[in-house]
Amino acid sequence: MSALLSVQGLRVGFGRDPQRSEVVKGVSFDLGAGQTLGIVGESGSGKSVTALSINRLVDFGGGRITGGSIVLERSDGTPLDVTKADESSLIHVRGRDIGMIFQEPMTSLNPVHTIGAQIEEAFRLNRGLSGRAATLAARDALDRVRIPDAAQRLGYFPHQLSGGMRQRVMIAMVIASNPRLLIADEPTTALDVTVQAQVMALLAELKREMGMAMIFISHDIGLVAGIADEIMVMQSGQAVEQGRLNDVLDRPQHEYTRHLLEAVPHFNGGRATRSDGKRTEAATPVVAVDDLVVRFPIARGLFRTGAGSVHAVDGVEFDLLPGETLGIVGESGSGKSTAARAVLGLVKATRGRIDIAAGRSRRPVQMVFQDPFSSLNPRLDVESLLAEPAIANGQRVDEKLRQRMMFLLGRVGLPDDALRRYPHQFSGGQRQRLCIARALMLNPDVVVLDEAVSALDVSVQARVLDLLIDLQHEFGLAYLFISHDMAVVERIAHRIAVMYAGQIVEIGDAAAVLSSPQHSYTRRLIAAVPAIERRQARFTIDATQVPSLVRPAGFEPAPPQWREAGADHRVRVEANP
Amino acid sequence: MNYLTQRLATFPLILLGVSVLVFVSIRLIPGDAITAMLGTEAGLLTPDQRASLAAYFGIDQPIYLQYGRWLVGLFSGDLGISVTYGRPVLAVILERFPLTLELALLSMVIALCVGIPAGVLAATRNEGPADLGIRVLAMLGQSTPSFVVGLVIIFVLSVVFGAVPPMGIFTPIYVNPLVNLSQLIFPAITLGFAFAASVTRISRSAMLDVLSDDYVRTARSKGASARSVIWRHAFPNALIPVVTLSGIEFGYLLGGAVIVEQIFALPGIGRLVLDAISQRDYALVEGCVLFIALNFLIVNLLVDLAYAALDPRIRLGGR
Amino acid sequence: MRILGAIARHPSGRIGAAIIAVYLLAAVLGAFGITPHDPLQQFRIDRLHAPSTTYWMGTDLLGRDATSRLMRGIGQSFVIAFASVAIATAAGTVIGLLAAWWGNLWDGILMRVMDVLLAFPAILLALLIIAIVGPGTFTSVAAIGIVYTPIFARVVRGPALSLKQRDFVDAARTFGSSQTFILTRHLLLNLVAPLTVQVTLALAWALLTEAGLSFLGLGTQPPSPSLGLMLSESRNLMERAPWLMLFPALVIMLGILGFNLTGDALRDILDPRTQGRAA
Repeated sequence: MSALLSVQGLRVGFGRDPQRSEVVKGVSFDLGAGQTLGIVGESGSGKSVTALSINRLVDFGGGRITGGSIVLERSDGTPLDVTKADESSLIHVRGRDIGMIFQEPMTSLNPVHTIGAQIEEAFRLNRGLSGRAATLAARDALDRVRIPDAAQRLGYFPHQLSGGMRQRVMIAMVIASNPRLLIADEPTTALDVTVQAQVMALLAELKREMGMAMIFISHDIGLVAGIADEIMVMQSGQAVEQGRLNDVLDRPQHEYTRHLLEAVPHFNGGRATRSDGKRTEAATPVVAVDDLVVRFPIARGLFRTGAGSVHAVDGVEFDLLPGETLGIVGESGSGKSTAARAVLGLVKATRGRIDIAAGRSRRPVQMVFQDPFSSLNPRLDVESLLAEPAIANGQRVDEKLRQRMMFLLGRVGLPDDALRRYPHQFSGGQRQRLCIARALMLNPDVVVLDEAVSALDVSVQARVLDLLIDLQHEFGLAYLFISHDMAVVERIAHRIAVMYAGQIVEIGDAAAVLSSPQHSYTRRLIAAVPAIERRQARFTIDATQVPSLVRPAGFEPAPPQWREAGADHRVRVEANP
Repeated sequence: MNYLTQRLATFPLILLGVSVLVFVSIRLIPGDAITAMLGTEAGLLTPDQRASLAAYFGIDQPIYLQYGRWLVGLFSGDLGISVTYGRPVLAVILERFPLTLELALLSMVIALCVGIPAGVLAATRNEGPADLGIRVLAMLGQSTPSFVVGLVIIFVLSVVFGAVPPMGIFTPIYVNPLVNLSQLIFPAITLGFAFAASVTRISRSAMLDVLSDDYVRTARSKGASARSVIWRHAFPNALIPVVTLSGIEFGYLLGGAVIVEQIFALPGIGRLVLDAISQRDYALVEGCVLFIALNFLIVNLLVDLAYAALDPRIRLGGR
Repeated sequence: MRILGAIARHPSGRIGAAIIAVYLLAAVLGAFGITPHDPLQQFRIDRLHAPSTTYWMGTDLLGRDATSRLMRGIGQSFVIAFASVAIATAAGTVIGLLAAWWGNLWDGILMRVMDVLLAFPAILLALLIIAIVGPGTFTSVAAIGIVYTPIFARVVRGPALSLKQRDFVDAARTFGSSQTFILTRHLLLNLVAPLTVQVTLALAWALLTEAGLSFLGLGTQPPSPSLGLMLSESRNLMERAPWLMLFPALVIMLGILGFNLTGDALRDILDPRTQGRAA
């Protein structure tokens, strides 16, 4: 096996004094033709910077290679040290030898050019095609990435396509250049799980058919397990462990790798659900939702007359007992967040009943949001942040209140001197703990957790989940836990509701729903979850699209029909299964 | 809702607002309406003459009826009679307006032709000597009022070169383009000076923003050349804020024309307004203000069209 | 104050702040009559005297000391600029904030009214107001204040709308915080940074507009000294007494430059993209 790429002692720094502020501190690896290397690490580990150094795009982000070499074997067999190459020869390396796909499909395509023009450009630059030939080639490329109506879609602008579609357009651009090495930098992180599965399947197929070597970068070791031959684990700019995929996963040598493998939420198909708190039907629910409907009218034309509406939530019903966790899972646009916000009164319900039992305080339902950076006012110190709920409910900021703040801060694992600090002085995980403490200030009965751990690194995520479970026992809280992540939900939920296109399609005991999913969407969702246990799994490419939620004015969906699948397990009957 | 239809829908609304504001403003002038209309000559009128004039002009009627009549008059091009000129206001304005329009457009062309290349150059040489030089010049340019530029130009021309710039006369472009240009070029430079500086600054910062965008990185990863990255991928996106600025600045140009025409003694609509204010020729003030505001609004509507042409997200609407 | 230190460390901010400090000093001295000469006294023998040790910047056609007149003029310009920007900031912030918070119909109405005001080029709107009320210090303040109100309303409304979407505002709603609390602590407090930048830049425009109005003879009325007026009076004397043009021109330019430089520095310092790192 001759090395296509050989990286030796790579060091990369940023800023005025790159030597002093190094982000990559001596990384080495070899990659053979047609092989796939997975680079795994948490945010700030230097994995993306390593990738961007290989085609020297890091230069444009203010980075500088301060040491080491990156030797690439070019298509004519001559070696080229990328670290010493000048910009004019790098232009030919980029695209032709090394293609790249990025994390953010929403911003990675130029908004003012059609996708056709952008794919054709790749053909023009790297294959010398022009005019009609380039257009035809672009259409074929779109066909290959399974974009329907390719000929027509060539004239679309990026904003007219969904995230998954845009990522496929990016892949089509790579196909156009036919590189020998593809660098995929967190290509599916911004996508839903089922879409992620489609993109992964596509990448695996291309790798097979075109014989491309690939560097696949991800924070998710489970995802990397599905595609890589070799794996490299990075932590603070260094490769702490590297080797064959199976060796690393089965016999991890470095402590950090072991930690990562433990922390990553393993999805166990319902075998790892919680055993505490069995449901007793006698208890009165703290939250009971019946036939909840939320619609957003679409304003169109001069007089903003309703031309229909978005059926964000359509006939949702569930109840939540004291001390229990109901996990609501679904993908973006499924209406799970809207339903949660409706429970809190943050969006107005078009129809339906939301009954909340009188609780320990005037506001028995509190919420923790997904983004810990957006949910804390950056201009207020922690004391003011924690005091706000109390002030809003007529309490005074006195020694007693401060005692409670200190107690809760200690309880969520933050130091006492936190009171005088500002949000930006905390890490993402600490901020989320702060948000939890704030939600507990009013001694609520129910806490709505809207993707509360999704923005956190896996190791932080695991600790916050443990904290949540502890707090649930200590304060007798009921959780409404909204998430797209099946593995996370499996760990915390007693019961699970699966939402799809604004409706609950399956609801019941967590173990039952996850171990014997009945609805076709639940099955698809579970099949799409990447896991270390399903190494080198072949995902089948299916291009199912979520149906449009825009309905004409006056449209009412047919009343749901339910089928009992177990003691506490109900499934919506599908029209044509 | 579609951006363009929204702009088109609010256009007449704003126009109506502008007309109300101008109408009410002029009626707020202390003293009665006859004085407002006739200026100092009103003092010569007998009470009988006043009464019949009031009846003739309809100003004995309630204000909203007066506004209605005035508005109907506007639609037939009737802006009243200028006391100083003894002619219809619209005729006087149309005679003076071509100069101001040409002046504003010329200075806009100068500003864009200087500012955009300078801004792009500075952005691509970020933190280099060319960038620093351009930034210092742009900063100074933005801080120099047009009347200072104008006076310096006159000073340099007359004291240093002994050549007095042409003043007080205007040859329309269709009579003699060369003479026309020689009369307008210095006023246009004066007026466009600060504008060129702000175009430079906004082009530079827009270009810098765009150059760090993800799609520029995508273009580079495809192997696009530096020139293609700048002009094909970054520039069309950076142009969007420049176009927005141009629309807003056109208003400053029309306003600035008041000062520049005063300095170079040009018979444009800016001078006309000033004279009308000092002559207390209120019908003329009213007409000029309305006319300039209308032009500003039309230019901004054109800017919105240009905006849509540049940005498919606006042209085709969001998802 | 942390922000002053940051300005002092910023290269162009340092220059800008120094200029503003010198101008403030000149204005205060001018206001208390601590000037080389009485700005209104006419030294008949020394008419159009070139700059010298007695008359640092020369004298004008009536033999008045240009230095003293400039110092008094700076004070006059600053008073008008600060007062008008204060009006515009207060009115514009309230309008922009409420438009963003109430949304829908009120947003439409308030912002369309602002659009109507924006349909007039600044100088023209000022001229219209002056035509109604007649020229003078108070008119200039009102005119410039009204002209810049819609700009502040827009500057506030945009960020206020995006702040309204932030999760901390939703969180406040779930606690049941009052509207006043949300508007002041969550919206206004976060608008201080963009407003500071805008206020500084608006001061530069206000100086420019004030000088323009008095250049046209529609601002401060003689015999009170004013920068714009001094410049327009120098016009016919530019060959005999170029200093009469040079000094007022420089003083106006540098003053505007000072605020522009400081505003730019503040924008760099307060830029949300560099915020988290700076503090």
